[in-house]
Amino acid sequence: MAQEFIVDGDRISAPLTSQPGDAVRGRAIVVDRQKGLCLLCHTGPFAEQKFQGNLAPDLSGVGSRLDSGQLRLRLVDSLKINPQSIMPSYYRADGLHRVGTNWRGKTILSAQDIEDVIAMLASLSEADAGGVQK
Amino acid sequence: MIRTALIAFTTTVAVTAIAQIAPGERRSGAEFMSPSTQAMQKDDTSNPGMLAALEGETLWNAPAGNEGKSCASCHGPADKSMKGVAARYPAIHQSTSMPVDLQGRINLCRSDNQKASPLRFESRELLALTTYVALQSRGMPVSPPDDARLDPFRNQGETLWRQRFGQLNFSCAQCHDDNWGKRLGSAPIPQAHPNGYPIYRLEWQGMGSLQRRLRNCMAGVRAEPFGFGSDEFIALELYLMSRAAGMPMETPGVRP
Ligand code: HEC
Ligand code: HEC
Ligand code: HEC
Repeated sequence: MAQEFIVDGDRISAPLTSQPGDAVRGRAIVVDRQKGLCLLCHTGPFAEQKFQGNLAPDLSGVGSRLDSGQLRLRLVDSLKINPQSIMPSYYRADGLHRVGTNWRGKTILSAQDIEDVIAMLASLSEADAGGVQK
Repeated sequence: MIRTALIAFTTTVAVTAIAQIAPGERRSGAEFMSPSTQAMQKDDTSNPGMLAALEGETLWNAPAGNEGKSCASCHGPADKSMKGVAARYPAIHQSTSMPVDLQGRINLCRSDNQKASPLRFESRELLALTTYVALQSRGMPVSPPDDARLDPFRNQGETLWRQRFGQLNFSCAQCHDDNWGKRLGSAPIPQAHPNGYPIYRLEWQGMGSLQRRLRNCMAGVRAEPFGFGSDEFIALELYLMSRAAGMPMETPGVRP
C-alpha cells in the first residue's frame, strides 16, 4: 500500500522515506528489466546495457533538467504530469484495472526504491553524462 | 502552471488518443521481423507452421465422434469449401446469433456435427485444424462480414483496445497504434494484425493461437488475462480483424 504524499505544483518536495536515497542501489533498479523496467522505454548513460528501448526521452543529464521534487512526482505518478503518459505510475496501487493476482494491491517500486532511483537520476548531470558508475 | 500544461496536453492528446493507423501505413507483423525469420515464413519447406497444417489435413479427413464422420464427410475438400472462411471470422453463429471465432466454429462442428468432445484450447489438434482451415485463405484479403449484428461486439472490442490494463496501466492502443515501429527493450512493437494466426513462434517452440498472443500481451503489462474463448477475446478479435480489413491472410505466420 502506498503512503500519503503531497503534490505541490509539479513536485513532491518531501522524500517518501527518512533514509536518504542510495544512488548505487538506484542504478541497479533502473537497469533491472523486471524491477525498474526503465530501459524498456528509455535510453540512458548505461553503456553496458544492450537493447535499450526508444519510447521515451534519454535519461542522460536529467539531473540537470529536473530537481528531486520533480523527479519524485514523475516516478510516483507520471499521470499527474501528463494524463496520457505511457510511463507507469511507480507508486500507485489503486484505480488500476484488472491487475494480475501477483501484483494486485502492490506498487511497482517501494518508497525506498523510489528514493534510491531519485538519488541516481539526480546524479546524472549534463556535465557528466557518464552518471553513477558501478 | 502545471494546470495549464495539463489542459494543453489534453487538447493535443485527445486527437492522438483516438488516432488509428492510416490504411497506407498498415504493416503485417512479418515486416517487423529479421530477414531470416521472414524467409522462414515465406518458404513452405522451412515454415514449421506447415507441419501443423499437414497434421490438420490428416485430422480433416479422419472420422471422429459418435457419428463416425470426418470434416470432409460433410465439407468435402477443404481447398474449395474452406476457401476464404478464415478471412471473414469471427462471424455470427446462426443458431445463437452470437459471434464465434474460427476455433470456436470448428469446435461447434466437433460437438454438434461430429458428436465428439470439443478440442481443448491450444491443443495440438485444435491448432492444427485451425491452421489447415486458415491456410485455405492464404493470400486472400481479410474480409470482416458486413453484418450489423456484429457491431456491438466490435465496439466492445474497440473499447477494450483503448482501456488501460494491469499494474503497468497500458492500453493495447498505446503500444500498437501510438508506438508501433518503436522498440520496447529489444522487441519492435508491431501493429497487432491478426492475419498470420495461428502462428509458429520460435520462443514457444510451437504453434499458438491469436488468443495465446493476446494473453502474452496482457501478462506483459501485469494484467489478469481474459480466459481462452471469453467474450472479451472474441470482441477483441473482431476489432483486430476490422482494423486489418483488406490485408492479405498469411497463416501460418512465423514469429520470433
Ligand atoms: C513504458 C515506458 C516507460 C517506462 C517503463 C519508464 N518511463 Fe520514464 N518516461 C516515459 C515517457 C514516454 C516519458 C516522456 C514524458 C511522458 O510522456 O510522460 C518519460 C519521462 C521520464 C522522465 C522525465 C524526463 C525528462 O527529460 O523530462 C524521467 C526522469 C523518467 N521518465 C524516468 C524513468 C525511470 C527512472 C524509469 C524506471 C523506474 C522510467 N522512467 C520508466 C516512458 C517510460
Ligand atoms: C507494452 C506494449 C504492449 C501492449 C500494452 C500490448 N502489446 Fe501486443 N505486442 C507488443 C509487442 C512488443 C509485440 C511483439 C511480440 C514480441 O516480439 O515479443 C506484440 C504483439 C502483439 C500481437 C501479434 C502481432 C503479430 O504480428 O504477430 C497482437 C495481435 C497483439 N500484440 C495484440 C495486443 C492486444 C489486443 C493488446 C491489448 C490487450 C496488446 N497487444 C497490448 C506490445 C504490446
Ligand atoms: C455432419 C456434418 C458436419 C461435419 C462432420 C463437420 N461440419 Fe463443419 N459445418 C457443417 C454445417 C452444416 C455448417 C454450416 C453451419 C452454419 O451455417 O451454422 C458447418 C460450418 C463449418 C464452418 C464455418 C463455415 C462458414 O462458411 O462459415 C467451419 C470452419 C467448419 N464447419 C469446419 C469444420 C471442421 C474443421 C470439421 C471437422 C472437425 C467440421 N466442420 C465437421 C457441417 C459439418
